Amino acid sequence: MTTLSIILVLALLLVVFGLLFRLQILTAIFSGSSNRQVGVSNRINAILFLAFLVIGGGLFAWSFVDNYDKMNPPIASIHGLATEKMFWTTMVILGIAFVLTQVLLFWYSYKYQHNDKRRAFFFPHNNKIEVIWTVIPAIVMAALVFAGWKEWSRIMGPAPKDAVVLELMGKQFNWLLRYPGRDQKLGVVNYRLIDASNEFGFDLSDKNGLDDFTAGEVHVPKGHPVLLRIRSRDVLHAVYMPNFRVQMYAVPGMPTKFWFTPTKTTDEMRAQTGNPNFNYELACNQVCGRGHFAMKMSIIVDEPDDYVNWYAQQKSFSEQNPDVLASFKQKSDKLVEKATVAPAAAAVVIPTAAKASL
Amino acid sequence: MAANFPTQEEQVQGGIGATEPGHDHAHHDEHHEQSFLQKYVFSTDHKVIAKQFLITGIFWALIGGTLSSLFRLQLGWPESTLEWLTPFLGKWIEAGKLNPEFYLALVTMHGTIMVFFVLTAGLSGTFSNFLIPLQIGARDMASGFMNMLSYWFFFASSIVMFSSLFIETGPAAAGWTIYPPLSALPQAIAGSGAGQTLWLVSMALFIISQLLGGVNYITTVINLRTQGMSMSKLPLTIWAFFLTAILGLLAFPVLFSATLLLIFDRSFGTSFFLSDIYIAGQALPNTGGSPILFQHLFWFLGHPEVYIVIMPAMGMVSEILATNARKPIFGYRAMIGSLIGISLLSFIVWAHHMFVTGMNPFLGSVFMFLTLIIAVPSAVKVFNWIATLWRGNIRFTTAMLFSIGFVSLFIAGGLTGIILGNAALDIQLHNTYFVVAHFHLVMGSSAFFGLWAGVYHWFPKMFGRMMDEKLGYIHFWLTFIGVYMVFLPMHYVGIAGFPRRYYAWTGFDTFSQFADLNKFISIAAIIAFFGQFIFIFNFFYSIFRGRRATENPWNSTTLEWTTPIVPGHGNWPGDIPAVHRWPYDYSKPGAEEDFIPQNVPYSQTQSSNLPYEKEME
Repeated sequence: MTTLSIILVLALLLVVFGLLFRLQILTAIFSGSSNRQVGVSNRINAILFLAFLVIGGGLFAWSFVDNYDKMNPPIASIHGLATEKMFWTTMVILGIAFVLTQVLLFWYSYKYQHNDKRRAFFFPHNNKIEVIWTVIPAIVMAALVFAGWKEWSRIMGPAPKDAVVLELMGKQFNWLLRYPGRDQKLGVVNYRLIDASNEFGFDLSDKNGLDDFTAGEVHVPKGHPVLLRIRSRDVLHAVYMPNFRVQMYAVPGMPTKFWFTPTKTTDEMRAQTGNPNFNYELACNQVCGRGHFAMKMSIIVDEPDDYVNWYAQQKSFSEQNPDVLASFKQKSDKLVEKATVAPAAAAVVIPTAAKASL
Repeated sequence: MAANFPTQEEQVQGGIGATEPGHDHAHHDEHHEQSFLQKYVFSTDHKVIAKQFLITGIFWALIGGTLSSLFRLQLGWPESTLEWLTPFLGKWIEAGKLNPEFYLALVTMHGTIMVFFVLTAGLSGTFSNFLIPLQIGARDMASGFMNMLSYWFFFASSIVMFSSLFIETGPAAAGWTIYPPLSALPQAIAGSGAGQTLWLVSMALFIISQLLGGVNYITTVINLRTQGMSMSKLPLTIWAFFLTAILGLLAFPVLFSATLLLIFDRSFGTSFFLSDIYIAGQALPNTGGSPILFQHLFWFLGHPEVYIVIMPAMGMVSEILATNARKPIFGYRAMIGSLIGISLLSFIVWAHHMFVTGMNPFLGSVFMFLTLIIAVPSAVKVFNWIATLWRGNIRFTTAMLFSIGFVSLFIAGGLTGIILGNAALDIQLHNTYFVVAHFHLVMGSSAFFGLWAGVYHWFPKMFGRMMDEKLGYIHFWLTFIGVYMVFLPMHYVGIAGFPRRYYAWTGFDTFSQFADLNKFISIAAIIAFFGQFIFIFNFFYSIFRGRRATENPWNSTTLEWTTPIVPGHGNWPGDIPAVHRWPYDYSKPGAEEDFIPQNVPYSQTQSSNLPYEKEME
């Protein structure tokens, strides 16, 4: 019943619009305005442009100010603070250009609306003006490029030697995480070894991997450089940590990396935002399928001491999964037997190892 | 078809731009009566083909817009039930909720349809076809038959793409950029099954259509210009179409190779883009491929593609602004120069889409540098458009409104490109709604505004009738305000870091603000979408019932307005007019009228000739 009445109302509305439209055409014909090149509507449109500039500009400014706090998620990394500053500096420069050009565009539209008594000014070109407004944007761009390039090189430069290392692996639809354990060396992983109990594909015949441990949430120490090693085991994903201004794709077959230095612990951030439930979050930012929008992992920034304690308490993967370890023991025993027969088999492992250590 | 078209041959024989006026074209009227099928369906007449592209484009725009309204419903009201959509969407509504994979399919198809089928085929297909012969003074395209094929390949491509919307596993859903491995593996997402296959086949057909069209446009502009129409007397529209066609001709084959390699990976077990993958409980045998390689190939087309979309709009807007400001376009040569600059640079900026894909950071630096250079010619164009309005005598036709709107949107969207082109800033903003807002303004809405401006402006020449101006005004203001209401707030969402292609943000605390703003955006988008029906009504109504047009309703200078009200096959019943002057002699001091058409010789305008023009009298 409601559907029917809605359809009825819509149909009536359409009829009314149709009649109004016909009426408008008829009046235009009778008043003769349909034959004039430029009529009253020219003036109305000119005024509307000016009104659009003033009212629209005002609303834009108001909504921008109103939403300013919401659009600035708190920042907690050293390079994040730098890029944030650059972002808003660039925005100010662009804002000036935006206001200037939009004001001129709409003001000229209003001011130079048609007037029967006037003739347009024949002004086909002026080399001087054109050179000026080619050179000025070029200079501004050069400055922006230079600033951006410097910052980009710094961010993308090699991570400090003492950086804390951890590895994130994207999969449909969650993140896997491992730390290198006590020896600070990540062991070899191989996608062919992945199964339900060995989601990372640990190759435990590599001794470096024996003390590697996995975790359900990222822990990093405050004030210390952190090097993320990133890989994917199925499709593309992207490690995205908005609060740290960190983003890097996770690419199957091509490990990537990104390093940053967190500046505020989770507790400090909770105090700063006044939100006791605040958590740094890791999101996936490259479409990866059905569960893309829910690929989340929490990140905890600890005081360095707490981080060390937490790190020490973790149990290694091999310790927690004796079955997996045992299966490798068997394999390696066989491999040793084979190796004596065919030494080439051992060499196969080497490229994978080289890949894992980047 | 070409056989009953004698002037074509003569022109080609005449060599470059050498159609001699005074040739006898009396036999031109002896055409056989064409059947309906020849005249309107398998036509080789560029004007009919243009209309075919336009109407197909409008159809696709409706589909693309509908898809966007559907996913905006999801984004605006993530918690509410969409049960009422079950009659349309069937099994894609699961327990009152939109299926998340279908959401991705909606996003993917919206992008594909809008970028390729509407703003490439619908825009440059329509206006390159319609305007190139008319504005350069040619009887038709260099090859009418190839031109016809171009449309029918597009039509076939459309059928394939459209049919993919209805298959059981759903249409392609890996994003319009179809990055593998997601697009390569049906195990990863259902849309990567038959839907993706149809996508790839459709795109291959589409590329063939583009190449057939492009070769034709280029050949026509180079070879079939009328006497006196030197390259430096071409309207900016033609320059824009010409360069667009060159971009397409060089860029689309690269996408073709990318699609081909992806087809190989999907169907024949190759590993161009696949490596080290464990999916659905199984390790795949593929090794050594690189998903990043695909991105390089894709964006080698993809970036020129955005200029393929925007340059025709730029050309038409230049033309319309000059005509309705009754002023020469400011800096004609600078406008051509900037178009050429944009065209060249557009080929060497593609990797700015890939700053954070793990590509070598040094490469990122190079592409940042090149990307920010492209802002300079774009800025020059904007300044020149504004300077064209300065001290003009502006008539606000609907086309003019859309042209001014175009400039406004192009500025608003273009400026944020400077942020995104900066690799250091892109780390945070990549794949967020900031990007979505940016390109929807600068290439989406702007190009649409160019398209509308073109339709309103050249409608009289297409159909011999005028579109209703009042409805046009309502359409413009509703759309202009709507577009800003949708895409300005979207920047806020983007600065806050909201990722694109998210079915919902409710799972993250970081993305918990802005639920209201997203609702606002959705409402604005849906209203603006419904506003387009005013245009559709106006368009189809005016074809049959619109006010009759005159030969040159806008008092414009270019050659198409010297043809009869509805130009027939061959465009000019008599000789093709020769061209004597540039296309922008508006409000020339000393001239009687405020415009002097291109075909008026200097000897007839002695009162207004400039000193250097005196010699040419």
